[in-house]
Amino acid sequence: MPPPPPVPLVAYLTLSAILFVLGVAGFLIRKNLITMFMSIELMLNAVNLSFVSFSYHLKQTDGHLFTFFVMVVAAAEAAVGLAIILTVFKNRATLMVDEVDSLKL
Amino acid sequence: MHSLHSSQSLWLIPVLPLLGFLINGLLGKRLGKGAVSLVAVGTVAASFAWVLKCISALMPLEHSHIETYGTWIASGALNIPVELAIDRLTAVMLLVVTGIGSLIHIYATGYMSHEEGYERFFAYLNLFMFFMLTLVLANNYLLLFVGWEGVGLCSYLLIGFYYLKLSATNAGNKAFIVNRIGDFGFSLAMFLIFVHFGSLSFPAVFEKAKALSPESGFGWLTAICLLLLVGATGKSAQVPLYVWLPDAMEGPTPVSALIHAATMVTAGVYMVARSAALFVNAPIAMEVVAYVGLITAVLAATIGITQFDIKKVFAYSTVSQLGYMFLALGCGAFSAGIFHVVTHAFFKALLFLGAGSVIHALEGEQDIRHMGGLRSKIPVTFLTLACAWVAIAGVPPFSGFHSKDEILLAAHHHHPWMYWVGVITAGMTAFYVSRCMFMTFFGEYRGHHHPHESPWVMTGPLAVLAVLSLAGGYTHIPQFLEPVFPLKGGEHDSTLVAISVAAGLAGIALAWFLYVLSPETPKSIASALGGLYRAVYNKYYVDEVYYGTIVHPLVDGSKSILWKGLDAGIVDGAVNGAGTLARMIGGITRRFQTGNIRSYAAWVVLGSLLVLAAMTAMGGSSL
Amino acid sequence: MNLLDLVIFLPAVAFLLLLLIPAASSRQAALALSIVIFLASLGLIGPVTANPAAYSFENNIPWIETPNIRYHTGIDGLSLWLIILSTLLTPLCVLISWNYISHRVKEFYAFLLLLEFGVVGVFAALDLFLFYVFWEVTLVPMYFLIGIWGHDRRIYATVKFFLYTMAGSVLMLAAILYLYTQGGTFDYTVLTKLLQEGRINLSHNAEIYLFLAFFIAFAIKVPLWPLHTWLPDAHVEAPTAGSVMLASVMLKMGCYGIVRFCLPMFPGAARELAPWIAGFALVGISVGALVAMVQPNMKKLVAYSSVSHLGFVVLGTFAFNQQGLDGAVYQMLNHGVSTGALFMLVGFLYERQHSLEIKAYGGVATVAPKLAVIFMITTLASIGLPLLNNFVGEFLVLQGAAIANFRWAVFAALGVIFSACYMLWMYQRTFLGKTPHDVEHHVTDINTRELVAVAPLVILMVWMGTAAGGFLNPISAANAKILEQSKARVEMRAANAR
Repeated sequence: MPPPPPVPLVAYLTLSAILFVLGVAGFLIRKNLITMFMSIELMLNAVNLSFVSFSYHLKQTDGHLFTFFVMVVAAAEAAVGLAIILTVFKNRATLMVDEVDSLKL
Repeated sequence: MHSLHSSQSLWLIPVLPLLGFLINGLLGKRLGKGAVSLVAVGTVAASFAWVLKCISALMPLEHSHIETYGTWIASGALNIPVELAIDRLTAVMLLVVTGIGSLIHIYATGYMSHEEGYERFFAYLNLFMFFMLTLVLANNYLLLFVGWEGVGLCSYLLIGFYYLKLSATNAGNKAFIVNRIGDFGFSLAMFLIFVHFGSLSFPAVFEKAKALSPESGFGWLTAICLLLLVGATGKSAQVPLYVWLPDAMEGPTPVSALIHAATMVTAGVYMVARSAALFVNAPIAMEVVAYVGLITAVLAATIGITQFDIKKVFAYSTVSQLGYMFLALGCGAFSAGIFHVVTHAFFKALLFLGAGSVIHALEGEQDIRHMGGLRSKIPVTFLTLACAWVAIAGVPPFSGFHSKDEILLAAHHHHPWMYWVGVITAGMTAFYVSRCMFMTFFGEYRGHHHPHESPWVMTGPLAVLAVLSLAGGYTHIPQFLEPVFPLKGGEHDSTLVAISVAAGLAGIALAWFLYVLSPETPKSIASALGGLYRAVYNKYYVDEVYYGTIVHPLVDGSKSILWKGLDAGIVDGAVNGAGTLARMIGGITRRFQTGNIRSYAAWVVLGSLLVLAAMTAMGGSSL
Repeated sequence: MNLLDLVIFLPAVAFLLLLLIPAASSRQAALALSIVIFLASLGLIGPVTANPAAYSFENNIPWIETPNIRYHTGIDGLSLWLIILSTLLTPLCVLISWNYISHRVKEFYAFLLLLEFGVVGVFAALDLFLFYVFWEVTLVPMYFLIGIWGHDRRIYATVKFFLYTMAGSVLMLAAILYLYTQGGTFDYTVLTKLLQEGRINLSHNAEIYLFLAFFIAFAIKVPLWPLHTWLPDAHVEAPTAGSVMLASVMLKMGCYGIVRFCLPMFPGAARELAPWIAGFALVGISVGALVAMVQPNMKKLVAYSSVSHLGFVVLGTFAFNQQGLDGAVYQMLNHGVSTGALFMLVGFLYERQHSLEIKAYGGVATVAPKLAVIFMITTLASIGLPLLNNFVGEFLVLQGAAIANFRWAVFAALGVIFSACYMLWMYQRTFLGKTPHDVEHHVTDINTRELVAVAPLVILMVWMGTAAGGFLNPISAANAKILEQSKARVEMRAANAR
């Protein structure tokens, strides 16, 4: 059985784009902070996917490097972000983003 | 040009009264009236004694004796030394100022004895002496200006001496501000003098001025002289700046006598005479001086005829007599002008002090309509005042006759018509003084006070001044001043003299007829003249015109246009407008700062889409 | 470390000390410290007057290596008296605030000393960057002095003051940086030399722009009409000590800057623009005086009179002759002394009657004779009566203006007439006459502490008016050098053009 033909780069990029747009749409449309947070993770992972696929395609390690960076940052962000979200919930008893706007003048 | 004489310590002359000012001003409250009087009179008398000593040591004083005490201001080419000088002109002025000053100080110890602020009064009076003596002793224009402004200050302080009275403080302010307008001219003249002569020192300036030829047209020398004249019209109450002097009668009477009759108001005459070397080369300016003097003399005399306040009558008389002096100066008869300064100082000081004695006797009454028949009640005052009366009316051989005669002859020499106007004014002068005398001392007493004669400290100075008024014509001032102002060889025309004497006598006779023989006639004449009389009585409405055309527009304009309009409206409006604009822009841009995360995100997406679009449009391949 | 550095940094040390000690004793401490600083500053007089044209107490050490910023200080006859005036006024301001300031006392005195640090630094700095730093340092304490201890509209006034001055100084900073790119140094003495010798060759337009950048910054501070509108607001709202420091010292920073920096560095532009600037100065003299004439508020009146008086300073400066410049610098000191005293006296009245409106007074002379006498002397000094300080300055300025252009003198002398009007009217309405029926008086006569505070200024008025030489000669020598420098530069430029 011959090895299956390699998945073309375009397929990865399309998937990455779809995931990214899903993330953006989720971020813009959903009102729950947690969901918005997940949307951000989705966007990050979409970017990670395109990094890795470019890296494979170009036979370079730079892309992998960036992916790890992004993952580390995302983890740190998740820690801090979730902590903030928890505090917001404690103070406001809500996670609806439109109601957390006291910075507004 | 220093004289051969050693130092005479001229500085003591002004500094002695200054000492009196400091002692009375700082310690007066604790000293008590006796000590205050002693200090005040003593320092001025000592100054008088020192003047006598200096003059006798320096006689014949053909040249000016100069003493320098260091530098006051030095800046580049400008160097103002503290320098006093004495020549014959200064000597005459010094004798008048300290002599009459001493007498009036003595008089004032009696006149002011019941007043609040006794020590304050004498402190101011001594300060005035200091500045007046600085003025006449100064050897450069700036030092003269120090004295000039200083006497103005003292005049302000003393006019407003009764500071609880609104009219008094208003009169003080008016005097100061009107004088400031004059000083404006004087200071500009000073600046021009320095620009053109490179110095402000009298000897240096006059030396250079002598080398100039008379200006045929209007040049800078004429400008200097006219500006000096502006200064003189302020200080010496000439048209158009004479309006402050009648109001200045709000001050205590000794002040009117000393400052507003005998000494300070003659400072303008002195200053013009001192600058004679400049004026002789500026014929246009000389002519203006003569006209100003003549107009003032006539105008003030007519007003004097109609006034009922005894001090106001004498005030307008002073203005009129000062006009005479300016007429003399303008005709080139500088020594005649100074001669009249001296005799006028005698008889006008006496008139005011006598008026003060009358007012003192009547407990403050100043309206001659409420006087009358005082001849027998206060005989000493009457007799001494009568001496001043004949002197000012130009009755020979008393002092006023001599000096007025000199002036009228000079005027005739200059322009004959000026002589005739002068003669008419002399008649008016005799008339209004006689009117005042008759209404005060003759007829029936019309008041309701109990007149009493003044104490000897007041009548004593009156007696001395009476003697001076009678005999003052024989001081031969013009001959004495010959080294300073060469005598002109004008003939003594006895016809002209006789005419002017006749005018004076006619004035007295007319007053006798109108105010003693038929006292009802003046009223009918006044009502017959109607509007003209009212205009003269109200001083030709000059004050009203000044207020209406200058003061009110200036104040109102400053308030509505300059302050509310220009400053608060336009200038500050522009500043606040810039602030408001910044605020508005901020107000618009801050709408992007909603505090809503999703809207921020939407902006980010929108922005990145725009960037993408821009990159595509610019040809993405190049990236 | 020389005496000048001591005088500069002692106020900063005093500022820190005041923050550390308890509030209860801060008045006494501030007074003692400021007096010590004043006494120290007196030591500057001898060496500077001995050689007033050169910089004494010069100190030139690197402060920041890159860019090349140096701590370069030194004073000559021009800056000497301004420093003495600042150090003299600080203890006097402590005295007049003794009862006036009742809350946050410690901070008040701390800011006062910080202000002193800034102004002394401004007058001593010879490095443009250092100058700029001190210039901005002075803004901060004054901002708080008005903003915390001021009257009702203090926030508006203090923000206006801050923004106005800031706008000007930003321009100056840009000009300073441009000069650095051209000359590679911030050192004023070096830059002046380079400019004079033509080694920095500015184009005609560049010189004009640089001059304007400096000049506008200084003109706002002076303040020159029409950049003056922050001043009346700031004065009215400031506490007494703030007004005194503002009028007497801070405004002088602007005047000083013009003489020290604008004239020697950009003499060509200065001469070219002189008619315009003199025009603004003349308008300021007259308009300031006329507007002062109709003010119902005493502090506003004095503030507008400052606009008028400082017009004289600018006019004298741009007459470009010895008399005008000497008069201008002398007038800076005179204004500091007499207007400072006026603000103090108005402050005394305010402390008693709690009003700045003239109509809230009347007949004060009867109840407070000593205060009336001192106010009179100050009034007379302010309107330029001979034998008092302002006369000497005004005379020299007007004489200088007359030499430069006689019409200037004519218009400027008009201002002298108006000054008599507004001051005498204010004096009459406040002190003379009977007390109006609708006015309830709480005015008492001046007390010993207040007398001690104002007496030095009254003495100075007489002293500076009579014995002018002692003060004027060092100024004159320094000015002669500045005129020489700027003249040489203009002549060289003309020669190059040929």
